[in-house]
Amino acid sequence: MADTIGSADLTVARAPRFRQTRKGQVRKHIINVKVRNEIGVLARVATLIAGKGYNIESLSVGETHEPGVSRMTIEVVGDDIVIDQVVKQLRKLIDTLKVKDITDVPHVERELLLIKVHTPTSRARDEVLRIVEIFRGKIIDVSPETYTVEVTGDEDKINAILELLKPFGIKEMARTGKVAMRRDLFVEESPAE
Amino acid sequence: MPSKGADLVIETLKEEGVEVIFGLPGGAIMEVYDALYRDGGIKHILARHEQGAGHMAEGYARATGKVGVAMTTSGPGATNIVTPIADAYMDSVPIVVLTGQVPTHMIGNDAFQEVDIVGITRPITKHSFLVRNIDELPLIIRKAFYIARTGRPGPVLVDIPKDVTQQMTEARIPSLDEVRRALPGYKPHVEGNVQQIRKAVQLMLSARKPVLYVGGGAVNAEAQEELVELAELLKIPVTTTTQGKGAFPENHPLSLRMLGMHGTYYANMAVYNSDLLIAVGARFDDRVTGKIDEFAPDAKIVHIDIDPASISKNIVVDIPIVGDVKIVLRKILNELKRRNAKLLHPEDREKWLEQIEKWKKLHPLTYKNSRKVIKPQFVIEQIYEVTGGEAIIVPGVGQHQMWAAMFYRYSFPRQFLSSGGLGTMGFGLPAGIGAKVGRPDREVFVIDGDGSFVMTMQEIVTAVQYRIPVRVAIINNAYLGMVRQWQELFYDKRYSEVDLEVQPDFVALAEAMGAVGFRAEKPSEVKEILREALRVEDRPVVMDFVVDREENVLPMVPPGKSYRDMIVEDGRGTEAETMYLVG
Repeated sequence: MADTIGSADLTVARAPRFRQTRKGQVRKHIINVKVRNEIGVLARVATLIAGKGYNIESLSVGETHEPGVSRMTIEVVGDDIVIDQVVKQLRKLIDTLKVKDITDVPHVERELLLIKVHTPTSRARDEVLRIVEIFRGKIIDVSPETYTVEVTGDEDKINAILELLKPFGIKEMARTGKVAMRRDLFVEESPAE
Repeated sequence: MPSKGADLVIETLKEEGVEVIFGLPGGAIMEVYDALYRDGGIKHILARHEQGAGHMAEGYARATGKVGVAMTTSGPGATNIVTPIADAYMDSVPIVVLTGQVPTHMIGNDAFQEVDIVGITRPITKHSFLVRNIDELPLIIRKAFYIARTGRPGPVLVDIPKDVTQQMTEARIPSLDEVRRALPGYKPHVEGNVQQIRKAVQLMLSARKPVLYVGGGAVNAEAQEELVELAELLKIPVTTTTQGKGAFPENHPLSLRMLGMHGTYYANMAVYNSDLLIAVGARFDDRVTGKIDEFAPDAKIVHIDIDPASISKNIVVDIPIVGDVKIVLRKILNELKRRNAKLLHPEDREKWLEQIEKWKKLHPLTYKNSRKVIKPQFVIEQIYEVTGGEAIIVPGVGQHQMWAAMFYRYSFPRQFLSSGGLGTMGFGLPAGIGAKVGRPDREVFVIDGDGSFVMTMQEIVTAVQYRIPVRVAIINNAYLGMVRQWQELFYDKRYSEVDLEVQPDFVALAEAMGAVGFRAEKPSEVKEILREALRVEDRPVVMDFVVDREENVLPMVPPGKSYRDMIVEDGRGTEAETMYLVG
């Protein structure tokens, strides 16, 4: 290596050299954020992610057992390296207490789906009822024309039942977005953040 | 005894040690101005535009390291100060901005002079508060100061509705401990990881061609002593960014001066050829790196920074060390001493320094002077001479800013106060006023462009009113010069809307505002005018230096290109091949 030092006459043409740059994989991330329940905290989190040019796929917020502390679960599709930046910047926000990208950590996740299905005939009603039972869902509202169904599950399950109910005609639907939590057993990682 | 919100604002500011506020009153903030008047214990500088007030607070903060304070009313008062807030955010300048707001019951009603300033400034503040409850007022103001000055410093905005300033409260000013406890999510890392520090030390000892790349973080941490010690101990050459200027003295033999787009040839060559780059409180800005994948292609990178989010943001680093620059450098020095460490390849280090000397001789910073027309670089050199290199220099943004960076040598921290990240034209004059207010013992020179100057020139009146003897040297080429230079080099000389063909008579203008005005049109007049200007002690001086219109800032790394594409000498009229160095 030392012998390259002398070859400093850079006016002589030489092949350009390149720095190894890391390119991240683009995929869906799940980020858990524990925040102090202050005015504007949701706006700060959302602004930060939007500022990176990313769209939030889903976001759910709710209280925790600690007073004044809420928890957000954010789903966002993005480059691993940029998401790493987002996580660091979320940690910098004054009102965030803990931020963790749990995508690669063993975790459980659930989502709730409410869906109003067009069921004008008894055949349709029977069929929908059967599907809902298979998915361990519930029918929580009935009208002569519709069934309103509640299902919880992970993303695959929710998408599967959606596919099966679509042919009947969907009048209305709402998804809560994911909530997710790390599994406690078999997790090897550093404790902080 | 209960106190009124407005009085509590002033009391809390005094508790924070605030000596001066830069501001401009209006309806929503009147109660606080009334309290300021009744109290009489804090000086106030009445700016002529809120942007001026904001940059003054920044200039004060940049010059002293203390938190600068600006105060405005709601609505337009608040929106006018958005640019300084963004400027302070980009350059990590600690300021607290207090804005008046319409009364709480009117918020959201499109009331007179209402804007959601907290919403507007959310992405450009370190944090912001809307005070909804009078009992929280003193705690929020103390939090604002604590957040602004600790960790990576930055601007904090406190929006105070008028009724909150009018109400009475029993709330007292909290202690610093209480402030910390009220911020459970805010704990800047300062110490630096010991393992990482050991790895960095190992690399520093084994490197053959190391370079220290120093940014504004080293100035904020006041780490000059540690830097000089480290550089001298391990014989590592040092380059600084615009924000890092003065953190390592530029007259030191190990100084490479500035790197990047308008860096020196030798700084850029050293970085390009280095095998170890030690970034200290710097953030790998695109104006520094040029094309990322050709930036220091062979170097391992150690990055010391207080902000974990700065690390591996633009460039992937090998050894990140999150911590206060001063503390981490001190630990590195202790580790070196503890081990009684020696360089592994001392002879290579000597060769490396010799190589750098060769580069310094090959392309020193230079320009072709003229006897007929004033060269902008000549003016800067003359300012250096008459001030003995001891002045604080505050430029605007553009060509003159880069010449001021290149042709004045900076030897102490907080000597070059420049809008780096945001690049705000109009920054110079108000920031210079703020700097002079903070450092009355120092000569303060605003080196401005004619384009920059007219953006905030009303603040000359402010300087006259408070007898602030700030010197303003306008490098007047009657162009928006940097844009013209880019148009010349990259747009085939299509000079679209850059010719400032109509200008005020700057001498008459200065005098109309109560300042002293001078003009120089010949090189022989420059020094005499500067000497005259230095004799004025009770008001600002405006010097109009009519310079060569089409002088370019060189060297230059074209935007998005690598250091290999650096234009070293003025290539106008020559073949493209000779313009560009091939590395």
